[in-house]
Amino acid sequence: MSNQKEEIRIGYYVCHCGHNIAGVIDVKSVAEYCAKLPNVVVAREYKYMCSDPGQELIQKDIKELNLNRVVVASCSPLLHESTFRGATSKAGLNQFYMQMVNIRENASWVHESKEEATEKAKDLSRAAIHRVAFNKALEKKKVPVNPTALVVGGGIAGIAAAMSLANAGKKVYLVEKDPTIGGYMAKFDKTFPTLDCAACILTPKMSSVLKHPNITLLSYSEVSEVEGYVGNYKIKVTRKPRYVKEELCVGCYDCITACTFKEGKFPDEFNFGLSKRKPVYIPFPQATPLVAVIDEKTCIHFKTGKCPQTCAKACERNAIDFTQKPEVVELNVGVVILTTGFQPFDAKKASNYGYGKYPNVFTSLEVERLVNASGPTEGHVVLRDGVTHPKSIGIIHCVGSRDEKTNKWCSRVCCMYSLKLAHLLKEHSGAEIYNFYIDMRTPGKGYEEFYDKLLNEGVQFIRGRVAEVNDWATTPEEKGKLLIRAEDTMIGMVRRIPVDMVVLAVGLEPGKDAQEIRKMFNISCSNEGFFLERHPKLAPVDTFTEGVFIAGACQGPKDIPDSVAQAGAAAAQALALIDTGHVELEPNTAFITEERCCGCQVCVAMCPYTAISFDPVKKASSINEALCKGCGTCVAACGSNAITQNLFTDVEIMSEIDGILIN
Amino acid sequence: MTNMNTEQWSPKIVAFFCNWCTYTASDLAGVSRLRYAPSTRVIRVMCSGRIDPEFIMEAFAKGADGVLIGGCHPGDCHYSEGNYKCLRRYDLLQRYIEQMGIDTRRLRLEWISAAEGKKLQEVVNEMTNTLKEIGPSKIKHVVETIEK
Ligand code: FES
Repeated sequence: MSNQKEEIRIGYYVCHCGHNIAGVIDVKSVAEYCAKLPNVVVAREYKYMCSDPGQELIQKDIKELNLNRVVVASCSPLLHESTFRGATSKAGLNQFYMQMVNIRENASWVHESKEEATEKAKDLSRAAIHRVAFNKALEKKKVPVNPTALVVGGGIAGIAAAMSLANAGKKVYLVEKDPTIGGYMAKFDKTFPTLDCAACILTPKMSSVLKHPNITLLSYSEVSEVEGYVGNYKIKVTRKPRYVKEELCVGCYDCITACTFKEGKFPDEFNFGLSKRKPVYIPFPQATPLVAVIDEKTCIHFKTGKCPQTCAKACERNAIDFTQKPEVVELNVGVVILTTGFQPFDAKKASNYGYGKYPNVFTSLEVERLVNASGPTEGHVVLRDGVTHPKSIGIIHCVGSRDEKTNKWCSRVCCMYSLKLAHLLKEHSGAEIYNFYIDMRTPGKGYEEFYDKLLNEGVQFIRGRVAEVNDWATTPEEKGKLLIRAEDTMIGMVRRIPVDMVVLAVGLEPGKDAQEIRKMFNISCSNEGFFLERHPKLAPVDTFTEGVFIAGACQGPKDIPDSVAQAGAAAAQALALIDTGHVELEPNTAFITEERCCGCQVCVAMCPYTAISFDPVKKASSINEALCKGCGTCVAACGSNAITQNLFTDVEIMSEIDGILIN
Repeated sequence: MTNMNTEQWSPKIVAFFCNWCTYTASDLAGVSRLRYAPSTRVIRVMCSGRIDPEFIMEAFAKGADGVLIGGCHPGDCHYSEGNYKCLRRYDLLQRYIEQMGIDTRRLRLEWISAAEGKKLQEVVNEMTNTLKEIGPSKIKHVVETIEK
């Protein structure tokens, strides 16, 4: 305890944070109280401690008053700890001699009673003042950053992020779980509000990904294991067998033509089941990579072993290989960008709208394919029977959004894509179009103007939630029609509108595998299950795990421009990390004092990273610092008090406890 | 909040929150301006696995009316399984404090994820109300008497 020898001189600073803290906590009395505590040389209050003058105040005091400890009572350390550590070290004091007290998130923002909040601020400040006397000078460990990036998810966000990094000269691995990249955007016909052809703007990007010398595309692959830490991740990726050798296949379709199934027989995923495919298929003509894939669930060879294998025979390049097995590749990367996207709301869950019950109730995604010239009907809008042209179409907004029973959030894109579909459906079919909306949400460049345009195109707008879709005709004209029963809040009446086709504007939900991915990469999700950003305003693409960034709809519902912008932001953050060349790790690792270790090895079993090993000669255990991640579990388990966790030593925490309780 | 005013005494809860989940949840509760009882005094640790039973006993001995431990949900610990270790210690401690005559409701363990600001609010309020029912802890005085 060398600490006890030196005279402790503490400077205490309490921040007003404008009214955020000072509006509830009597900062003046807190400062006065702390000024009288042992070792406190100076106690000040200031409007904004994080501002330059605030920081300079600390630095000046350190120099003039010879302070050797600093306590700042302000916001959460997760927000400004680095700011005040920086200020401390600039004045020549070790940054770990600074201790923060959270009196904003943990007090002024959550308590009403001024007296009690002030009392709490005093207790917490006293705890920090007690503790800081025991803080030790530490150094952050610098570790190099592997300049390679991993992007998980090959939708538009993943493509954009990968391209930015690759164009900046960084090596990128792009992992996509489907046989092709492109994500949902590849399935859209046009994009709002400009009505650009989605494929025309996306497919060139997809092929640039494939051609880019810096990008390695691992399609039909999934991340299966993640190890390591910022700058040095070890990632295992499982490549699912395509049963077609990627290097040999040229996408000529010969195998598909030759398949024993003369016609497509199985629902085509790319067209949401609106068309049929064979067991061997290419998702769509611009698939990237343009490589066939054999679906083992439907291929006769895999089901019965009794297939003549006409596909294999037809392939001149001998690319078909039924013996392929899942293959695990190991990647070493420094940074990770997750762009794993969303899943559409399952329309069957909104059972009052009859999806799955009435064939002519469609989801918006199915309609995207219907109006698409390269879709299953070559752009002809027809009913489920494949021939009848609808004369009237009802589009129901907010299906699986803004709904207490399903998802509470607004999916942000449905109003706009419903308007787009209304326009396209009218253009393709000339049908009468009704939009049933709760509120029209069109915030975005050119979006409100697009809505205006639609208002003048003769599309009908009915404001109100749809109660039900059924086929209970009461008049001969209603026969064979779908009846939409909805409130019309504009005229204060319930309306019944017969239509031939219903389109459900389904919302966006967290991806199916979001939880699994979250666990693998050690990040958090917000309540709805989208990935949680480090800070909603100031760190929207960072996560709580350093070196892991998020972009696109995996973070929350968003449209294409926002996804691309966020991908760029994530790529920039990743680049900053890579180009710095190193990261500084928190020195919160643990070490064992050999003389105290009794050799019981309890700690060895505690460590999830196998960082602790026992030396039978010395009869003591030791911790490999490079492997230790600093959880402190071994410290709490050690019966001999032989283990110390830097930054969270026993005396530091004990003095914090005592500081809270003793006054 | 009404019962807070009728009841003058407010318990003091020493709360150990892990950095990655519960501490973040507590920040979130703040950002969301969720009001809750001003009874907790939070000590941040990296993982609930760091919480030494000694810390808890020290808190009781020095006069805490309650001790709240907050960690990541099972399977979600940032360090994979520190929370399981914490759970085991907690179970043991519950038995131990019961034998010492400490009401087991004074020690509580909750899994609160980074997104669960609301749960944090509920847990703190609930525990505060429970402690108000039980009344102030006398452990400190007992310890002091024994020491004398
Ligand atoms: S990090 Fe939260 S319990 Fe381990």
